[in-house]
Amino acid sequence: MSEMMINISEKWGYHGVAALKKASPGYKMVIGFFALVALAGLLVGLHGKFVGYRHVYNVTKEIPWGMLISAYIFCVVTSTGLCIVSSFGHVFGNEALMPIAKRAVFLSIIFLLGGFCIIFFDIENPFRMAIWNVISPNFRSNMWWMGTLYGAYMVFMMIEYYCLLNQNHTVSRIVGFIGLTVGIAAHSNLGGIFGMLHGRPFWYGPYLPIYFIFSAAMSGGCAILFFTTLAAKINPEIMNQRMERAVKSLTLLTIYFIATIIFFTIWKVITGLVSEGKYPIIMSFLTGDYAINFLFFEVFLGMVLPLFLLILSRGRRYTLIMWTTGLMMIGIFFMRYDIVIPGQMVPVYHSLGVVEASHLLSYVPSFHEIMASIWGLCFIIVAYLAGEKMLNGHQLQKHEIVPEGAYICPGCGGIHYMKEGETMEEAMKRQHGSW
Amino acid sequence: MKFPKIDFDAMKNEGTGSVTAVERRKFLKLGFAIAGVYAGGKILSLTSLVGSAQASTGAERAVQDIYSPHYAMVIRQSMCIDCERCVEACTKTNDVPDYAYRTRILTKKYIGTLDKAVEFIPVLCNHCNNPPCVRGCPTKATYKDPVTGIVRMENKKCIGCKTCMLACPYDARYFNEEKHAIDKCDFCWEKRLSKGETQTGCSAACPTGARTFGDLSDPNSIVYKLVHQIQEEVWVLRPEDNTKPNVFYMKGTIGSVDAILKGSKFKYFDPTKV
Repeated sequence: MSEMMINISEKWGYHGVAALKKASPGYKMVIGFFALVALAGLLVGLHGKFVGYRHVYNVTKEIPWGMLISAYIFCVVTSTGLCIVSSFGHVFGNEALMPIAKRAVFLSIIFLLGGFCIIFFDIENPFRMAIWNVISPNFRSNMWWMGTLYGAYMVFMMIEYYCLLNQNHTVSRIVGFIGLTVGIAAHSNLGGIFGMLHGRPFWYGPYLPIYFIFSAAMSGGCAILFFTTLAAKINPEIMNQRMERAVKSLTLLTIYFIATIIFFTIWKVITGLVSEGKYPIIMSFLTGDYAINFLFFEVFLGMVLPLFLLILSRGRRYTLIMWTTGLMMIGIFFMRYDIVIPGQMVPVYHSLGVVEASHLLSYVPSFHEIMASIWGLCFIIVAYLAGEKMLNGHQLQKHEIVPEGAYICPGCGGIHYMKEGETMEEAMKRQHGSW
Repeated sequence: MKFPKIDFDAMKNEGTGSVTAVERRKFLKLGFAIAGVYAGGKILSLTSLVGSAQASTGAERAVQDIYSPHYAMVIRQSMCIDCERCVEACTKTNDVPDYAYRTRILTKKYIGTLDKAVEFIPVLCNHCNNPPCVRGCPTKATYKDPVTGIVRMENKKCIGCKTCMLACPYDARYFNEEKHAIDKCDFCWEKRLSKGETQTGCSAACPTGARTFGDLSDPNSIVYKLVHQIQEEVWVLRPEDNTKPNVFYMKGTIGSVDAILKGSKFKYFDPTKV
C-alpha cells in the first residue's frame, strides 16, 4: 500500500495530507475559516430542508427560482468555461495553454461539484431524482437532459483528470474531447432550459444557449487567471516561463471573450427595448431596481473594468490580474443573478392588464438561501486551497503532450526541440546560453 | 333612348298622403336591406380580422376528437361577480393549503369606458392540449391524461425542480409541502369526476354560471355549444404561447346565454355538416 502511495506521489505529484500539514499557520487558518463557513452554510441548508424550504426561502409561486439557481448556474458556467479553456491546450494542441490544463480540469470538477452542492438545496426531492430520472425519463425535457448531460460530463472530466495525472495523454486527449462536447451540450442545454420556456419572453429564444457558451468561456478564462495568479502567490514556484506565457495567452483570450460578452449585452439591451415582454425588465436594468446589479456589478465590474485592467496588465502584472479577475468573478455572479431573477419579474398575466399583475414582482434572497449558496462556494474555495497543497500546485514534470524530438526543459519548463544528433544538455546550452 | 323632359319646378306637390302604407313599408325594407348588407358586411369583415389577429370563435381553437370525454371549461367573463365561492369550493374539495391556490379571480379595471368599470377573470389550469409543463417535466411526473385530456400529477415522481411552474404561462402550479410535490387543478378528477360527478367543485359552486364545465366531445354539452357558436367571440388566454388551452373565455351576456340554454333559434357551427 505504502509503495503504491509513493508511486502515486511520484507519478501524480500527489503530496497528500502531509503537504497540508506542512502548510503555514496562516494558510491553515484561511482553509479552516472557509471550511467553517462552508459547514455553517451546510447546517443552515440542512435546517432549511428539515423545516421546509417554503418557510425559510423567499422564493414564491411566481418566482420559484431564486438565488440558489443563480449560484448553481454561476458554478456550472465556470466549470464549463474551465473545460473549454483547458481544452484549447491539451485537447486541441495549443502549446501555450498546456500548462494550465491540470489546474483547469481540477477546478472544473470542483466547480461542478460545488454547483451540485448548491442545487441539492434547491430541488425539493433530490433523492427521487436519482430514481425517476432513470426509470421515467422525459426525453423532451431540457431538465432531464441537464441532469443526464452534466452527470456524463462529470464522469468524463474525472476520467480526463485521472488520465492527466497518469500521464496517459492520448486517452486524456480523447476523453477530454468527448468531455468538452458533452460539456458544451450540457451547458447550452442549460441555456435551453430558459430559452425554451416560451411563456417567459425575457428568456425565450436561441440567445441564451449561445450566450451561455461564450459567457462560459469568459468565466473560464477569468477563473483560471484568478486561480493561477492566486496559486502563484501561495507557491511562487509554479510560475516558470511556460506558465508566464500561458497567463499571457490567457489574458489575451479573456479580453477577447469579454469583448464578445459586451457585444452580446449591448444587443440584449437594444433589442429588449422594443419588445413588449422584455421592455419592463430592460428598463429595470437601466433605471429601476436592478440598475446597481446590472450597471455596476454586471457591466462595470464584470466587463468594462476587467477589459481595461487586463489590457493594462499586458498579462505580466500578476497582482493586478489577480485583483481584476477576482472582482470580475463577483461581477459574473451578478451576471447570472441578472438572468435568473429578472426573467421571472414580469407576471404571466401582465399582458392581460389585470390589477393583480400590473406590477413587477420582486425578490430578495433570504438568509437560508444565501447560506446554502455560500456552502457550495466555500466548498469550492476549500477544495481549491487544499488541492493546491495536496497536488503540489498542479505541477508535473510532464503534464502535456510533448512532440517527438522535444523535451521539457527542467529549468524553464518550456518545450525545447533537439537538433539532430544533439543531446539534451547541448540543446539546453543552446537555448539558455550559460546553462 | 330619349328621356322625357319634366319640369320639376312646375310640378305640383302631391303630399305624403297619397303613398300607401304598403309602399312605405316596401321602401323602408329596401333601405334597411341596403344598410344591413353594408353594416353586416362591415361587421363580418371586422370579426374576420379579429379572428386572424388574435382570437376567433372557439371552434377553431378547440382541437377535436382527441379525448373522450374531452373535459373543458368555458368562462363567461361578464357574469363573474367575484364572490370567490369557486375558490372556496376548490380549497375545500381539494385540500388546498392556505399558502396557495389552484384557481383565483383576477380583477380588470377599465378606465374611460361607458358601461362597465371592472370585470373579473377567473383563472385556473388551462389543461392545454400542448402543455409546456408536461414538456418541461424531467420525470413525467406531470402528464396529459390520454383519456380525458386532464393535465394530472403523479406525486411520487415529482422531484420538485419547479421547471413546470416556470413553464406554465397561466401560473397554475405551486409546490405543496404536504404532498411533497407540485399541486395543480385537475378539474376535480380525483375528488369528484372519478367518483361519478359531472361538475367540478368550482363550476358547481358558481352562482351565476360564469364557469361552465362539460365535455367538448359531446354536442349536447353546454361547453360544446358555447365554444361552437359564432354569435359571440370566444378566446383563450395567451394564444401566442400556442398551448391550445381547454379553458375558453367569452363575454357571455345573459341574452346569448338564454338563447343557448333554450336552444331557441340559436344557430351554432356544426363541424360535422361542413
